[in-house]
Amino acid sequence: MTPRQRTSILSLRRIGALILRYWYLLLGSWPRFVELAYWPTVQMILWGFISQFFYTHSSWVVQAFGVLLAAVLLWDTLFRAELGFSVSFLEEMWSRNLGQLFVTPLRPYELVLALMGMSMIRTLIGVLPAMLLAIPLYHFSIFELGLPLITFFVNLMVSGWVVGLIVISLILRNGLGAESLAWLLIFAVAPISGIYYPVDVLPGWLQPIAWALPTSHVFEGMRAVLIDGVFRADLFWNAVGLNVLYLVIGTAVFLYVFRVARRRGLLLQIGE
Amino acid sequence: MEAMTHSSGRRPAIRVRGLHKRFDEVKAVDGIDFDVAYGSVVALLGGNGAGKTTTLSMLLGLLLPTDGSIEVLGQDMLQDRYAVLGRINFSSPYVELPYRLSVEQNLLVYARLYGVPQARARVRQLARELDFGALLGRRTGSLSSGQKTRVALAKALVNEPELLLLDEPTASLDPDTADWVRSYLEEYCRRMGATVLLASHNMAEVERLCDQVMMMRAGRIVDRGTPGALIRRYGRRNLEEVFLDIARGRNGGHEPEAARLPEDPTHGGEIDGAAP
Repeated sequence: MTPRQRTSILSLRRIGALILRYWYLLLGSWPRFVELAYWPTVQMILWGFISQFFYTHSSWVVQAFGVLLAAVLLWDTLFRAELGFSVSFLEEMWSRNLGQLFVTPLRPYELVLALMGMSMIRTLIGVLPAMLLAIPLYHFSIFELGLPLITFFVNLMVSGWVVGLIVISLILRNGLGAESLAWLLIFAVAPISGIYYPVDVLPGWLQPIAWALPTSHVFEGMRAVLIDGVFRADLFWNAVGLNVLYLVIGTAVFLYVFRVARRRGLLLQIGE
Repeated sequence: MEAMTHSSGRRPAIRVRGLHKRFDEVKAVDGIDFDVAYGSVVALLGGNGAGKTTTLSMLLGLLLPTDGSIEVLGQDMLQDRYAVLGRINFSSPYVELPYRLSVEQNLLVYARLYGVPQARARVRQLARELDFGALLGRRTGSLSSGQKTRVALAKALVNEPELLLLDEPTASLDPDTADWVRSYLEEYCRRMGATVLLASHNMAEVERLCDQVMMMRAGRIVDRGTPGALIRRYGRRNLEEVFLDIARGRNGGHEPEAARLPEDPTHGGEIDGAAP
């Protein structure tokens, strides 16, 4: 047996090894596995009934019964993407394994790529059942959005990873005392992302902030497809541009915090 | 494993110069220099807070030094640690493998991280050699201390490292298991020509395993030599008594002549010096 003498700067094998580890963790706990799909399904059922009620009382919803349902399913995509990213990192913190990982040839950006991969797997496991269940329950198929659905999905995944990068940077810097940010921070984005209502409902001073978020462009794009039947390429490209910008910033912040962690010994002293 | 990397002997396996680590006002490591020759087993001894774990962490690249240089297996750890991380490994009872994964899952993940070909076969081979084949399907969290130590050792050997950094390799083990682990390590070093740097509080273990000993106190190396030379120099019966002398400052609290590097640090012989 001859272990590699030189290691490549980016190894799919190492990224795959970490994804395998998170997959083992997921399979090892059926309550966690079920929980992934539980909340999106409950949300979808709740908002489905609310939509049905509004259907007979609101001319706006009559135009597009699926707007609220699509919004809740896409919001869960964003939320699950962020949570899938952050919780996989927290697994390393909880098992005090981060130091052990980084004495292997694993690069910090390979960890980030593995977290992204696992986030996608967890999001699909979580959101797909709810999307499929909406078809028999409400005769609403989000898949009828067609190609735009893929653009919304990918953009929201990336937005979730950006928030996840900020969360894990704060946890790495401040310890497990900051772990609740994994569940909290994403909700700071929700009110100004125009998930259930258009951005122009917000106060004027808040609207520029909302438009600075890629999520606002995604949800406005979703309404354009569902209500007006058009795919707004301008909103799509705005979302892509902002996501790329924030992803680069988020990655740079994480790599900076990782270096600070090496300087201060934080990789060894992981705790409250 | 290429023999050249083990026995070239031209440069030491570890070369540390002027190493400092400060945490705010605290000097955890205060200007240490040492070499570890290829194929040797060297102990880093000292009381709690002496700077052993900080030194090991800097050698592993987990901690950035405030000042100084570290060369491991011919590579500068501060500039190019990824060139060497695949060739070294470490084990510590204070850093455990994730509890919720089975033993085999844990070891498979690490084998893949190290790029070990035929990872599953390597894990099974280690399980046979270290006698824990029956535990492969068990959750790591359900193992006893002795079983966990065997598994941790397997993780440390999964990539057939040329350099092993071990922190308390037999802590919390019963004498029989501890003896078995020591024998296995001796056999591994003989077979692979591997270099070992270990931190331990078990002086009998150090006397048995190590060619050289470095004594640390307050972030400095205050003495060094072979176990036999240190025992003679301090006029004591065993290394434990030497350790107590040094830990309690009975060597005068300063670095004696013997603590300086020998002219040829790769020869692995005794380092003589004046008694304290």
